[in-house]
Amino acid sequence: MTLAWDKKMACAAEHADLLIERMGNNPLQILIATQKAFNHVSDDAICRVASALGLPLSRILGDVEFYSFLSREPLGTYSVLMSDSITDWMLGSRELFLRLCGNLGVSPRVMRHDGLATVGKTSCTGMCDQGPALLVNGTAVANLSDDRIDAISRLMEKRIPLAAWPDEYFHVESNIRRRDWLFQDWRGPILEGEALLQEMTDAGLRGRGGAGYPTAKKWASCRDAPGGERHVVCNADEGEPGTFKDRVLLQHCAGRLFEGMALCARIIKAKKGFLYVRGEYRYLEAHLEALLAARRDADFEIELHWGAGAYICGEESALLESIEGKRGIPRVRPPFPVTFGVHGMPTVVDNVETFCAAAAIAAGGGREFRSLGTAESCGTKLLSVSGDCARPGIYEYSFGVSVDRILEDCGAGNVLAVQVGGAAGNCLDASEFGRKICFEDLPTSGSVMVFDRSRDMREAALNFSRFFAHESCGFCTPCRVGTEILAQAMEGISAGRGSGEDIAEIGNLGSILRASHCGLGQSANRAVLDMLRKFPEHFERGVN
Amino acid sequence: MKTISLDGAMVPLAEGQTVMECALAANIPIPHLCYLPGFAPHGSCRLCTVKIDGRFASACTQPAMEGQHVEIDTEELRQVRLSLLRMLFVEGNHYCPACEKSGSCRLQKAAYDEGMLDLHYRPWYPNRQMDASHPDVLIDRDRCIFCELCVKASRDVDGKNIFGISGRGIDTRLVVNSKSGLLADTDISAQDRAVEVCPVGAILVKGRGFEVPIGKRLYD
Repeated sequence: MTLAWDKKMACAAEHADLLIERMGNNPLQILIATQKAFNHVSDDAICRVASALGLPLSRILGDVEFYSFLSREPLGTYSVLMSDSITDWMLGSRELFLRLCGNLGVSPRVMRHDGLATVGKTSCTGMCDQGPALLVNGTAVANLSDDRIDAISRLMEKRIPLAAWPDEYFHVESNIRRRDWLFQDWRGPILEGEALLQEMTDAGLRGRGGAGYPTAKKWASCRDAPGGERHVVCNADEGEPGTFKDRVLLQHCAGRLFEGMALCARIIKAKKGFLYVRGEYRYLEAHLEALLAARRDADFEIELHWGAGAYICGEESALLESIEGKRGIPRVRPPFPVTFGVHGMPTVVDNVETFCAAAAIAAGGGREFRSLGTAESCGTKLLSVSGDCARPGIYEYSFGVSVDRILEDCGAGNVLAVQVGGAAGNCLDASEFGRKICFEDLPTSGSVMVFDRSRDMREAALNFSRFFAHESCGFCTPCRVGTEILAQAMEGISAGRGSGEDIAEIGNLGSILRASHCGLGQSANRAVLDMLRKFPEHFERGVN
Repeated sequence: MKTISLDGAMVPLAEGQTVMECALAANIPIPHLCYLPGFAPHGSCRLCTVKIDGRFASACTQPAMEGQHVEIDTEELRQVRLSLLRMLFVEGNHYCPACEKSGSCRLQKAAYDEGMLDLHYRPWYPNRQMDASHPDVLIDRDRCIFCELCVKASRDVDGKNIFGISGRGIDTRLVVNSKSGLLADTDISAQDRAVEVCPVGAILVKGRGFEVPIGKRLYD
């Protein structure tokens, strides 16, 4: 017994050293590989990684305890995380979760006595158009039903390796329902440098992540910033509940994405780029690795970095920290990434869709781009549509499209509410469906979630408030404590034991949360407040 | 000379100053906890939240700029500060009468200054791991406010790098850089700047028992 154990530990240690040797000096990427190989990151592994990289133990421990996909405690042979987005709830994920726990005889988050499985929940996995979904050992399985849960349970009980599970379980649909400008095959002579910046300015390209900063201005600022080595970073950490367009772009347009990053690199004179993809999309690894390996560009290398279950890393400065292998705590700004980015060097951080659009403009799409959209919002926007509708999926529209039009196209009837912009966005009632998706009216990274009249908006408010409490990085007081107070108030109201004070408290938290360090805290009760104001009768049901 | 408006008072600003530094230089108080001159501004407690041209910002991290209008002592901001203090109190266990730091505690002082008379929110009564392993220094994590002053002081002043922050959200916690995770296995000393710099009673020197009489403590 002892001998076998020693042998296993020696093997694990050797493996950890091997990982360190192979993966360079990035603690987070090493820890992700360690988690994958051993179903946890042991204290021994933490010490080894720290000493191998010459970093304090607390840096490594800090990573393990920050990222949800890393665990100090051993997880089962099968580690299952059920996607806990509101759209998953609406498709029955909570019932399926209980069914899976029942089938396997496990309690949530507790490894089964024989080490077979650990079953837990995770924030939105970006499969909202084909939910409910889960991750098993990091790989996505969508379209869950009672039958599929039962079948998966049987496969696990028989200890069938994932590689031998039916392929269809791992099939992810793209569901592109409406194609427009971005999906066209632009093949004109490629514009470069100053000419490209001018064309992007003329076309009016603004960042697609939601904030809408003029892209050419950002690239030019970075080019002109003092400093040595520059970097290009693509933010593919789309964690906003209800968003999945970057997943589809990574699947179908990764080549164009790399072109966009390379065009930027030539302008700012960067030799290195990073593609930071959320860990939930790990199933895309082989696809992305193959495309990266096939690139022929000796002057600009793109490195793939994986997230590990932290919504906050979608915030650009937290993402930079994460690329450096640290906990994803948003930085104090200014300085902004264009002057102080990866390792303190000037860096352009842009969204997947933005780089794709830049590449399409470079290849001749500029004139048409300019002709689409509204005065302040040129071009098109990919929307991720999910919830109560017949045809969930990706819709590309010119900016300025009305919510009504989207609802009609996706086959949504009897609609009560539409949540635009994810958990951090706005909740619209039927009187507002004439509003438009654009920077002037409803700026969004593209999440559109539809709720029909059978829904209780308390559920959405509960889901979102729990989400923020779980995803708060914990750095600043208002967000760390305020999101938890908000979630507790919503739990009371949802369980039917709320009070008028809870409702008042949710309102009061608004101004306090606005004092947060970053956008996560600042927008954490926006949707809940919208819902309270627009659907008070739903909340009154839970108040004594 | 460049100036900035702090609650209507025109105050000179020097190149590279933050709003907090301008205010301190002009003797205009802005309540703060995690900020301490001599250390890089942190911006985590948010107690120094002010409104700059209508937008919330932490005074300690915000660069002062010519022509800015900064609101400090307004009813809205007093309410924000009061709520932030209450939040810090309810997420930890801050029993002032039984705390060695009482009278010299910056959290307690700030609460008195802001007129905090109740907790308002339901207290959480955390039960975080205490570290009494070291003969001279004690960590009571239930009093930690995550200002990271000890982290910086130990790393940058003492040159020992004993502390770090781990976890996420409400599970954020102060950790110790030793294999056991215990203070006993570090070379901390009661004279370290990291010990002295703790604004609350989270890091305490052992073997003392309320040795400064009431009335003579730092903030009495």
